Amino acid sequence: MIAIILFGSLGVAMYATWAERKVAAVMQDRRGPNRAGPFGLLQPLADGLKLFMKEEIIPNNSTRFIFILGPSLAMLTATMTSAVVPWGPDIVLGSGSAISLQVADINIGILFIFGVLSLGVYGIMLGGWASNNKFSLLSAIRAASQAISYELPMGLALIALLMMSGSLSLHDIVGQQHGFWKDGWFTWYVFKQPLGFFIFLVCSFAELNRAPFDLPECENELNMGYHQEYSSMKLGFYLFAEYINMFVSSAVIVTLFFGGYNFPFMDVVAAKLGEGSVLMALICIGAFMTKIICFILFFMFVRWTIPRFRYDQLMNLGWKSLIPLALVNMLITGGVILWFFN
Amino acid sequence: MPIQQLIFWILSAATLSCALGVVLSRNPIHSVMFLVLTFFCISGHYILMNAQFIGIVNIIVYAGAIMVLFLFVIMLMNLNSDVEPQKSRLIQLAGVLSGGSLLLVLLAAFRSTNLAPLEERASDIGLISNLGQALFTKYVVPFELSSILFLSAMIGAIVIGKKDSHPHREVTSGEQLDGMDNIVKNDAPLIDPSLSNARSVTPEHEHYEAHS
Repeated sequence: MIAIILFGSLGVAMYATWAERKVAAVMQDRRGPNRAGPFGLLQPLADGLKLFMKEEIIPNNSTRFIFILGPSLAMLTATMTSAVVPWGPDIVLGSGSAISLQVADINIGILFIFGVLSLGVYGIMLGGWASNNKFSLLSAIRAASQAISYELPMGLALIALLMMSGSLSLHDIVGQQHGFWKDGWFTWYVFKQPLGFFIFLVCSFAELNRAPFDLPECENELNMGYHQEYSSMKLGFYLFAEYINMFVSSAVIVTLFFGGYNFPFMDVVAAKLGEGSVLMALICIGAFMTKIICFILFFMFVRWTIPRFRYDQLMNLGWKSLIPLALVNMLITGGVILWFFN
Repeated sequence: MPIQQLIFWILSAATLSCALGVVLSRNPIHSVMFLVLTFFCISGHYILMNAQFIGIVNIIVYAGAIMVLFLFVIMLMNLNSDVEPQKSRLIQLAGVLSGGSLLLVLLAAFRSTNLAPLEERASDIGLISNLGQALFTKYVVPFELSSILFLSAMIGAIVIGKKDSHPHREVTSGEQLDGMDNIVKNDAPLIDPSLSNARSVTPEHEHYEAHS
């Protein structure tokens, strides 16, 4: 199970690099990669092979151990988050035992994701510092302050959602969003927490270092950013970790706000196919993956549409707009729950 | 030996050796990394005691936020093993003596206290719902008091940060909050509006000169 999820997220991330180039090409009226295989589908393999074959250079004045630790940490934290995401409903076997499509259903699932997220910045910071390059250092410091600043509104936005769910376990949160419509309102949390969703989305752009918040890799100020001195597969790890992060954070957004593996009329389908059958689980996983891919494409569209922010604009947005908004959202949610649902 | 006990011993050994690493390593960055590892080991202890919430919050707050700020400061000041101040022998000796006597006092106190044995069965108090119940009913006054303390500390930090800025410079909130902007602005002159004005003026100027 762990291996399937690991290789699945690596595979999705691999093709996300291909999709990113294709999306960029379409949006700029180009063709994009089209030489390796049909539609250039073998391009990620060729890229990977190229990165592996490249000469590996470790700068003389770098701190060797930490220099190697940086990309490893980035990759480690990127792949760890997927452990708590529920990928599908339980499959009930004929003997009555159930197979869970979630690696670990811990009762603090969301906090686990936050913990791993807050550690993700170490990969960038240590790598940037160990390179012994001013640009890398500046970029690492930017990345760290950006990540810390945007973790706050992200957490505050989540608190409002947690007030409604009453549980930190992602398994429970997905269970509460069963189907699509119940008791005269949508079950998905995006319809109950639209402002919270918006804040969470903006913050995840910042946490992912994606455009329009890709200040740590802003070419015209910092050359290449924190991976300036990296070559070969270490550079590949940094770039790849970003795509894995994008996949995982899309999965988390879908799980929290877009019902996870639930889809409209799923009870009808489940009654036809039998509750807990393998086919039903596969359909659910399919629905989940479709939503995730929509979000990945959304991340890409935004990258090729909106220009980069300036650093002080980024800080102003985080501290002066998003945090007060998240606090207001929290107050409103608390008030509504207290007055109407208590 | 039951598996919990085995894990406990391994974790304890790891915690102690990482803590020693914090003190003994010359490079401040290595010290910070050892401290992060120590926090991880302590979180392992919490999880072993079935206090998952405290364990993960320990990682988020200490390893994820506070230690990142430590790293931040050390990187900005560019500290490394070369600039570490050398203490004289006398001060080192005094340090060893005072530290050792503190250890003696602690050991003596530990020997004479009668520690109640820990609960044998798995305790649920560390789970988030029980912890929340305890914090917001039984201990609500200390909880609120400590949050007011944190709030005042935050406001204090902002006030102190404000006094440091030069009066003639335009103060943006980013500067008060992290002091990063100084570097960013100095290194990125393209942002400066006066320069971009100058650039837009120059071609016209040349044009004029060419005609005259």
